[in-house]
Amino acid sequence: MNLLEIKNLHAKIGNEEILKGLNLTVRAGEVHAIMGPNGSGKSTLAHVLAGRENYQVTSGEVIYQGKNLLEMAPEMRAREGIFLAFQYPVEIPGVGNSYFLRTALNEIRKHRGLEELDALEFLGLARQQMKLLEMDESLLNRAVNEGFSGGEKKRNEIFQMSVLEPRLALLDETDSGLDIDALRIVSKGVNALRAPDRAIILVTHYQRLLDYIVPDFVHVLADGQIVKSGDKSLAFKLEEQGYAWLEKDAANL
Amino acid sequence: MTASIESLATQDYKYGFVTDVESDVAPYGLNEDIVRLISSKKNEPAFMLEWRLKAYRHWLTLTEPTWPNVHYPKIDYQDIIYYSAPKAKQPGPKSLSEVDPEVLATFNKLGISLQEQERLTGVAIDAVFDSVSVATTFKAKLGELGIIFCSFSEAVLNHPELVKKYLGSVVPVGDNFFAALNSAVFSDGSFCYIPKGVRCPMELSTYFRINAMNTGQFERTLIIADEGSYVSYLEGCTAPMRDTNQLHAAVVELVALDNAQIKYSTVQNWYPGDKEGKGGIYNFVTKRGKCAGINSKISWTQVETGSAITWKYPSCILLGDNSVGEFYSVAVVNNYQQADTGTKMIHIGKNTRSTIVSKGISAGRGQNTYRGMVKIQKGATGARNYSQCDSLLLGDKCGAHTFPYVEVKNSSSQMEHEASTSKIGEDQLFYCQQRGLAAEDAVSLIVNGFCKQVFRELPMEFAVEAQKLLNVSLEGSVG
Ligand SMILES: Nc1ncnc2c1ncn2[C@@H]1O[C@H](COP(=O)(O)OP(=O)(O)OP(=O)(O)O)[C@@H](O)[C@H]1O
Ligand SMILES: [Mg+2]
Repeated sequence: MNLLEIKNLHAKIGNEEILKGLNLTVRAGEVHAIMGPNGSGKSTLAHVLAGRENYQVTSGEVIYQGKNLLEMAPEMRAREGIFLAFQYPVEIPGVGNSYFLRTALNEIRKHRGLEELDALEFLGLARQQMKLLEMDESLLNRAVNEGFSGGEKKRNEIFQMSVLEPRLALLDETDSGLDIDALRIVSKGVNALRAPDRAIILVTHYQRLLDYIVPDFVHVLADGQIVKSGDKSLAFKLEEQGYAWLEKDAANL
Repeated sequence: MTASIESLATQDYKYGFVTDVESDVAPYGLNEDIVRLISSKKNEPAFMLEWRLKAYRHWLTLTEPTWPNVHYPKIDYQDIIYYSAPKAKQPGPKSLSEVDPEVLATFNKLGISLQEQERLTGVAIDAVFDSVSVATTFKAKLGELGIIFCSFSEAVLNHPELVKKYLGSVVPVGDNFFAALNSAVFSDGSFCYIPKGVRCPMELSTYFRINAMNTGQFERTLIIADEGSYVSYLEGCTAPMRDTNQLHAAVVELVALDNAQIKYSTVQNWYPGDKEGKGGIYNFVTKRGKCAGINSKISWTQVETGSAITWKYPSCILLGDNSVGEFYSVAVVNNYQQADTGTKMIHIGKNTRSTIVSKGISAGRGQNTYRGMVKIQKGATGARNYSQCDSLLLGDKCGAHTFPYVEVKNSSSQMEHEASTSKIGEDQLFYCQQRGLAAEDAVSLIVNGFCKQVFRELPMEFAVEAQKLLNVSLEGSVG
């Protein structure tokens, strides 16, 4: 079943067109890796899917679980199971990490017709996931991302993801800034989430991540379009040869 | 900023009802006869009348201050009613059963049923309706400990020696224009005395309500914590919605003797005016505490969400050696509200310490000013101050201004000052929404996080109240 279908998507920010006719289909159970040069539109794609308002979709459509995604408010998309692990996670001073995540979880649970969790039930769940991600529990009591190291922020994103159990996870360069051990641990967390009814879209610059999280497809996004798709071997080729050969192709499209 | 944060909708003020009670009202305007009338209505002893007249005569020589960063049309002091009291069946209600049921119903509407308060919550409330104190709950229980908690009028009659000794000892009659006005015409307020070594076992609370039209509310609060005592005191306020502005000029004086502690918390929710800036309360208040004794401590915590204009600086005079002054403040302005608030910490004794944490939130076209002064006198060896002033802007038609003044006359003192101004970022909002929170909830979460340092200073049940109020007053500040 198609979980996500992006057809000829055009999006701009200000007067600048960033996505220029992007097509992508993701089925439940799949892992897609998106690679591509800096500034090619990878984060833009992730934000457009998550519903960030300052991007303007000018044409094309996005169908998610059979619904028109572009009509949904960002929080509705989240409640319907879209999760974005931010390339640059945001700090929210004074708001406890634990309280924040419990509030988010309960919004999602309410939407799904489930009972809300109280602080204690939540804590049990949170601890379990933190253990898996080898995170220090003290991070639960700190303010959301405030003063977290770069790696801690990324790990916190994956922690949130494992608690919120999304249907479609968009991981935007979650591997950048992670040390070697952290990369392994975070990958373990992501792999634990792989399931037949879920899909993951990974944005990354490095083949290395794909050794840990083996994708079903690798796509190259260049100048606002998917210019090449393949299997895992495409990532190796990119690692060796860079993007230049593809950009030439794109120019000739 | 995108339109979503800029667009501001109406905020609903749910305390805006008027109660229909028969009132005993003085004629408009102010002169010596009115001062005499007020004093005689209260059966005051001669010393009080003299004190009032002195204040009135001094007031005539003063002019309204223009230095605050707030703007409003000139007030006509002859167009105000200086005394309005709900008519009692007999003068002076002795118990709740004697209070006009309409008045009690008003308090019930506000969610502070006195009977219920008395029975259930363990909070003792002195409720001031327009200008007179309506009922003081829990009197008997407090009496056993020797705690005096009553209306100011009762204190004048029953404890004149304490009133005489402390009234005006922190805020002298001639202190400033509004304090002088208050001293001349104040009609009631709360009085509290905690005897030596007594720790007051419950929160004491006053609830102020302006009901009558064109009435000024001039209440006076005096709290004295005798040696080694402790008291936590809360003040809350509301007023009906009216198109015209109403003046509220209160004076609060706190005195802490050796080793005594006073914690004074305010949740101020006077009617702020409508979304075009029409109506609302002018809240021009003088609040000051004196740490008179060694090791004494006074903490002010305020959450200011209401009023069209707020002008107040709860301050501490740190006279006793090792005394401590604290000021924790959240001030919110939305629509056309203006606030100029802050504190003064005056270090006189040795090793005196003060902490200032101010959180200003501006939305709509609101203007928020922090104005603070830290003064370290010559003798204040080893004095220390820490100040932190943060401003948060919602949208870009509002303003935040910070004026910290510092005056140091002792070189052994230490001062630390931090300040920040930030906007609620689209980034933070989107991050929360991406996790499933609606925009409104996201704003209140972010704002509450911003205020956390102050809220945690409030007594638990009032912290919850303050959070709710904050959410209400920022309602509609994202579209
Ligand atoms: N607010 C903005 N205003 C103008 N241009 C923007 C804005 N945000 C993004 N862009 C531009 O859009 C283009 C795509 O940015 P995007 O962040 O999607 O790239 P990316 O593929 O994620 O790059 P990277 O690999 O460096 O993360 C870039 O040229 C960027 O400068
Ligand atoms: Mg990016």
